[in-house]
Amino acid sequence: MGKTLAEKILSEKSGQNARAGDIVIAKVDVAAFQDGTGPLGVKQLQKMKISKVKAKTALFFLDHAAPSPRKELSNDHILLREFSRKSGAKLSDIGEGVIHQRLIESFVKPGDVVIGGDSHTCTSGALGAFATGMGSTDVAIGMAMGKTWFRVPDTFRIEVQGQLPPGVFSKDLILYLIGQLGADGATYKALEFGGDGIERLSMASRFVLSNMAVEAGAKVGLIASDRKTREYLKSRGRLKDWRPIAPDKDATYERVIRINAKKLVPQVAFPHTVDNTKPVTRAKGIKVDQVFIGTCTNGRIEDLKIAAKILKNKKRASHTRLIIVPASKNVYLEAMKLGLLEIFVRAGAIIMGPGCGPCVGVHQGVLGDGEVCLSTANRNFKGRMGNPKGFIYLASPATAAYSAIRGKISDPREIFKKRPRKKG
Amino acid sequence: MVLKGRVWKFGDSISTDLICPGRYFHLRSNLPELAKHVLEDADPEFVKKMSEGDFVVAGNNFGLGSSREHAPTIIKLSGVSAVLAKSFARIFYRNAINVGLPLLECNTDKISEGDELEVDLSTGIIKDKTKGFELRAKPLPRAMLNILKDGGLVAHIQKHKDFKLD
Ligand code: SF4
Repeated sequence: MGKTLAEKILSEKSGQNARAGDIVIAKVDVAAFQDGTGPLGVKQLQKMKISKVKAKTALFFLDHAAPSPRKELSNDHILLREFSRKSGAKLSDIGEGVIHQRLIESFVKPGDVVIGGDSHTCTSGALGAFATGMGSTDVAIGMAMGKTWFRVPDTFRIEVQGQLPPGVFSKDLILYLIGQLGADGATYKALEFGGDGIERLSMASRFVLSNMAVEAGAKVGLIASDRKTREYLKSRGRLKDWRPIAPDKDATYERVIRINAKKLVPQVAFPHTVDNTKPVTRAKGIKVDQVFIGTCTNGRIEDLKIAAKILKNKKRASHTRLIIVPASKNVYLEAMKLGLLEIFVRAGAIIMGPGCGPCVGVHQGVLGDGEVCLSTANRNFKGRMGNPKGFIYLASPATAAYSAIRGKISDPREIFKKRPRKKG
Repeated sequence: MVLKGRVWKFGDSISTDLICPGRYFHLRSNLPELAKHVLEDADPEFVKKMSEGDFVVAGNNFGLGSSREHAPTIIKLSGVSAVLAKSFARIFYRNAINVGLPLLECNTDKISEGDELEVDLSTGIIKDKTKGFELRAKPLPRAMLNILKDGGLVAHIQKHKDFKLD
């Protein structure tokens, strides 16, 4: 009997015939923390008198409070810098970028087991890695011992056919799917995305799908490692890290969900849950105080390119603030080289240093009472951007950029209709 | 072990942002202070109203959202003896067991705010003393029961020097 991607990777890393429902102990290739979850993890290790790490790649990312807005957080950063220096873990200091973007750029390989003290660790699943978010104690112990335990998840196969229409992106696809499944529709499950609709997507678009798997409750969001994966790793100077990995044809799935990409329209998630999604036509005209383009979901160069195309020679609406945050230093440099930053600044945007920016309400764009933010992030929970009296809507970078110009939520197909879009 | 206390009732989808708001990010290394804000965005008065030993009772998907272990940690620190919900989000569930916060998965519809409960953790039997009915919670998976019995994951590893799950 064939295996799903999750079963394949966990079999390899546990040395057992791992089947959905089994409890396995698997080798950990990459264990990572960010600055919000790292300090608690380090304290657990100190409590256990563990000062060295065993995971092949152990990393600390200073990204959520970057640079730190308060002394308490600066002190947390000191703790993480010191621990990584002594323990053999690597440190990615402020300015390097968001944990998940940095993991896919430089550290994760197809077939790896990746655990991260951050729920969106599932982003790396698009590289064909079993990547999942866990709490501080789990990651700390996994990092120290180089292994952890898993219950092998059942898999929902998401079979996507056809090409997305102009103005519709993978963000719309995943928002649509989460709306269908519900925020707990895939709890404890693996999502496995496949079909010709996925094969034709760029890696940048695939990362969006895996990133948001957790918003349906899933443990991982897996995609086979194929030609596109190879091209991506090659472009990062990591061709030797590539290997193909795919599920077996006769794998057993708990559910198969089919989506016709051609029929999708731009989606918007309304406050205060990610599964509260509606076609953009139902959101049209909602006045927007702040637009935020960035995060581990949609802060990649491809996203900024789309935003720049829309914002070129245009101005944001006078009542709408526009905040743009490249997800990593690499993205920032690339955007600079391509002249995108100038387009943004001329359009009235403020560009922040690489990191999480205002995504989690720590700094750089906290909402005022009653204010509306249209964001390319992955979460719109009440209070998420620092104020429980704020309202967060989620959409693609195209919807966000176009809405910034119009000052209200707008349908990006209005502009994409005018010119054909390239594949992917 | 039998726990006794009063019920504080919450709805569906209580996220980790509601339990442990991101705006208190700077208090994450000061857990007793952070615990003063537990569940603040779901019920601003909760910390003032509750007493040691009380139960948090909620609907579906309790604890969805971020992986912050601070969420179950401050629920425990605030004195809540257990959380009862129709379902729990995955990372929260594992974190709660790791930090030794008992969770009970059961149909919570008939339990109301202010009810007096008696919860037997070893059998999973929940008695609503106010209304006079009994419920049985879904048993914990064995791997997790073993970790909870040892007092959380750190204690488990210290005791066995490895994972000892079955
Ligand atoms: S960008 Fe947002 S969702 Fe992504 S890791 Fe940072 S805070 Fe979390």
